Amino acid sequence: MRVELDNLTKSWDEVIGADSITLDIADGELVAFLGPSGCGKTTTLLMVAGIYKPTAGTISFDGQVVNEVAPKDRGIGMVFQSYALYPHMTVFGNISYPLRLQKLNKGVIKERVQTVADMMGIGDLLERKIAQLSGGQQQRVALGRALVKEPQLLLFDEPLSNLDARLRLTMRGEIKRLQEDLGITSIYVTHDQVEAMTMADRIAVMSKGVLQAYDVPEALYDRPKTLFVAAFVGNPPMNFFDVEVMRVNGDLRAKSDAIDLVIPHDRGEKAAAVDGKVIMGVRPEDVDVVDDASPAAEGLTLAGEAVVVEPLGREDLVGISINGVDLRVLVDKTRGVRVGDTITLVFNTSRAQFFDPETEASLLWA
Amino acid sequence: MTTVETAPPRPAAGPIPRSRQKMGRYFAYGFLILSIIPILVGYAWLIIATVSARTQGLLPKNAEGGIGGFTLSNWDFVFESAIWNAMLNSLLIAVFMVIGVGLASTSGGYALSRMKFAGRKTFLTGTLVLHAFKAEMLLIAIFFVLRFLGDIPIIGGFIGFNTVGGVALVMVALELPLGIWLMKGFFDNLSWDMERAALIDGASRFRVWWQIMVPQVRPGIAALSLFTFIVGWNAYLVPFTFTIGTKVANMPVFLNQLISDTAPVNWNLVAAVGLFQMIPLIIFFIFTQELLLNIYAGGSKGT
Ligand SMILES: Nc1ncnc2c1ncn2[C@@H]1O[C@H](COP(=O)(O)OP(=O)(O)OP(=O)(O)O)[C@@H](O)[C@H]1O
Ligand SMILES: [Mg+2]
Repeated sequence: MRVELDNLTKSWDEVIGADSITLDIADGELVAFLGPSGCGKTTTLLMVAGIYKPTAGTISFDGQVVNEVAPKDRGIGMVFQSYALYPHMTVFGNISYPLRLQKLNKGVIKERVQTVADMMGIGDLLERKIAQLSGGQQQRVALGRALVKEPQLLLFDEPLSNLDARLRLTMRGEIKRLQEDLGITSIYVTHDQVEAMTMADRIAVMSKGVLQAYDVPEALYDRPKTLFVAAFVGNPPMNFFDVEVMRVNGDLRAKSDAIDLVIPHDRGEKAAAVDGKVIMGVRPEDVDVVDDASPAAEGLTLAGEAVVVEPLGREDLVGISINGVDLRVLVDKTRGVRVGDTITLVFNTSRAQFFDPETEASLLWA
Repeated sequence: MTTVETAPPRPAAGPIPRSRQKMGRYFAYGFLILSIIPILVGYAWLIIATVSARTQGLLPKNAEGGIGGFTLSNWDFVFESAIWNAMLNSLLIAVFMVIGVGLASTSGGYALSRMKFAGRKTFLTGTLVLHAFKAEMLLIAIFFVLRFLGDIPIIGGFIGFNTVGGVALVMVALELPLGIWLMKGFFDNLSWDMERAALIDGASRFRVWWQIMVPQVRPGIAALSLFTFIVGWNAYLVPFTFTIGTKVANMPVFLNQLISDTAPVNWNLVAAVGLFQMIPLIIFFIFTQELLLNIYAGGSKGT
C-alpha cells in the first residue's frame, strides 16, 4: 500500500508533537522514523494508525485520504514497544483477537493463528498465559497479532528496545526478512540508528517534530544535508571542527588554531566562499593513525595526544586532543594505543563535510 | 605525607547467631499475640454468649451459679420470619449497592480516566467535595427527594420513601464518589498501548472497555464490591431514617430494635443476632478473597 503524509501536523495547546511532516512511502517499502526521544516519531505513527486526529494535514493510503477512517478500518497492524498484549488472555486469545472481532469461522481462525504462530516460532506456546512468556516470546506474540489479519500496512513503535542486545540483533533480521517476504509496507520507529540503517529502505530523520531528511541510508550517511543529520547518523558520531577555509597558493586549506589541512577543491569551494568560520565534519573512520608522516600525506597530517581509549573489541575508539581540539577515531587494536601516547593522524579530507554555522545547512549537498 | 582520618572499625557484619534470631521471632510473635488479645476475647465472648443462658466474664453460668447452662434458645429467632425479612432487606440493599456502585464506578471511572469532555475537571473535584458531606447533613434533603420519587407513578412504589429500593438508591449515591475515584485510579494505571492495540485490532470503544480494560481492573472491582457490600449490609443511619416499621427494616435496624425495646435487654440474644448478621459477610469474603489477592502480573513489559 502506498502511504502519503501531506503537511501532517499534531499539536496540543502549547506542545507541537509533529510539525508539517510531508513524505511518501512506496508500496512494499520499509521506512524508518529515526530521531531522538521526544521528536514526534510516536505521534506521527499514531496519526497514521488513526489513534491521534491530525491537527492539520492529510494522510492518504493508495491515494485515498483516510483522516476520518477509524483505526480498525485502516487495514493496519501495529507492534508496540510495551507489546501491549492482553494479559488476561492466552497466546491464542491474543493472536486470534482481531480475527474473532471479524467474526470469522472458528476453524478458519484456528488455522490462521496456527500458521502465523508457526511462522513466529511460537506454535507450541498457544495455550500459555502471557505472564508465562519471556520478553522475546511476548514480542513474537505481538508481532503475530499484528500479522494475523494480513494488514496492508505494518507499524512498529520501537519494538525491540526492551530486548537484550543479542536478541535484538536476531529479531532485527527476522522482522526485515518477514517484511520482505510478505511485501507489507512498513513504518518502523526507532531511536537506534544502527537499526534504522540496517533495516530501512529509506529513513526519515526527525528532530523536534520536524522532518530533517528523508532518503536512503547511504545518502544520509555520505551526503547529510544538515548538521543534525550528520551528527545523528553514524556510530561513533562524526567529529566536528570550527575552521576557516581559505585559499593558499591555489590550494584550499581548512585552518584554525589547532588545525591546518588541505581540502580537495570539489569539497571545499563553497566553504571557501563563506566569509569566516564554517563547521567541518570528519567521520571517525576517515582518519588513519600512522607511524610516521609520509611525504605523500603532506598537508593531511596532524599530531595529537590520546586522552581516552575505549576498547570496542576489534578496534579501539580513541579520544584524541589536537592542541585542545577533541576528536574520536577508530584505531586497530594491534596498535595498542595508550592514554598519553602521541599519535600521528592522516585525514581523508576528500570525504570531509562542511556546514554553515548559522543555518546548519550543508555547504556540499543543500 | 598526610594522614587520613578513618572511622573506627565497625564490627564485622557476620551472620546473626541462630539463638538470637529465634529470640527475636518469639518476641515478635509474643507482641503480636498480646496486642490482639482484647479482640480475641471479644470474639470469644460473643460466640460463648450466643450459646449460654447467662455469662460471667467468659464463663457460661447455669441457674445454680456453676459452669454450664448451655442453651440454643438464643438462636430461636431463626425460626421467626421477622429476622429473615430483615436479612432479605439487608441482602437486597447490599446487592443493589454492589451492582449499582460497581457499574457506575467502573464505567464512570473509565470515562474520567480516559476521555476528554467538557467539565471533566469540575466533575472530578465536585465528587471529591461531595464526598466530604456526611450523610447526616443530607438527611432532610434526601427525605424530600424520596418523597418526590415516591409520587412518581409505578416506579415510585419501589424507590420512594419507606421502601428498600429508596434506601438502596440513597446508599448508592452516597457511595459513588469513593467508588468512582477508586476505579479511576485503577484505570489510570493501565497502559494506553493496550487500548490502542485493541482499537487497531478492530474493537469498538465500548468493547475495549468491556473486553480489555475491565478485566485488568478486576482486583479493583472485587475490592470495591466487598467494601460496598459491607457498607450496604451494615447500613444503619439511612435505613433507620427512611423506613418505618419492621417490614422494611434491615438487620442493623432490627438489631437496634431488640436493644431499645422497653423490656430488659437480653444481651445473649443480641450477641446471637449479631453473629448471625456476620455470617453472610464471611461467606462473601471467602468468595472474593482469591480475586482480591490475585493481582494480575505481566503482559506488558517496560513503559
Ligand atoms: N498526548 C499528548 N499530550 C501532550 N503532548 C504530547 C502527547 N503525546 C506526545 N506529546 C509531546 O509530543 C512530543 C513528541 O512525542 P512523541 O511521543 O511523538 O516522541 P517520540 O519521538 O516517540 O519519543 P520517544 O523516542 O521517547 O518515544 C513530545 O514533546 C511529547 O511531550
Ligand atoms: Mg515514542
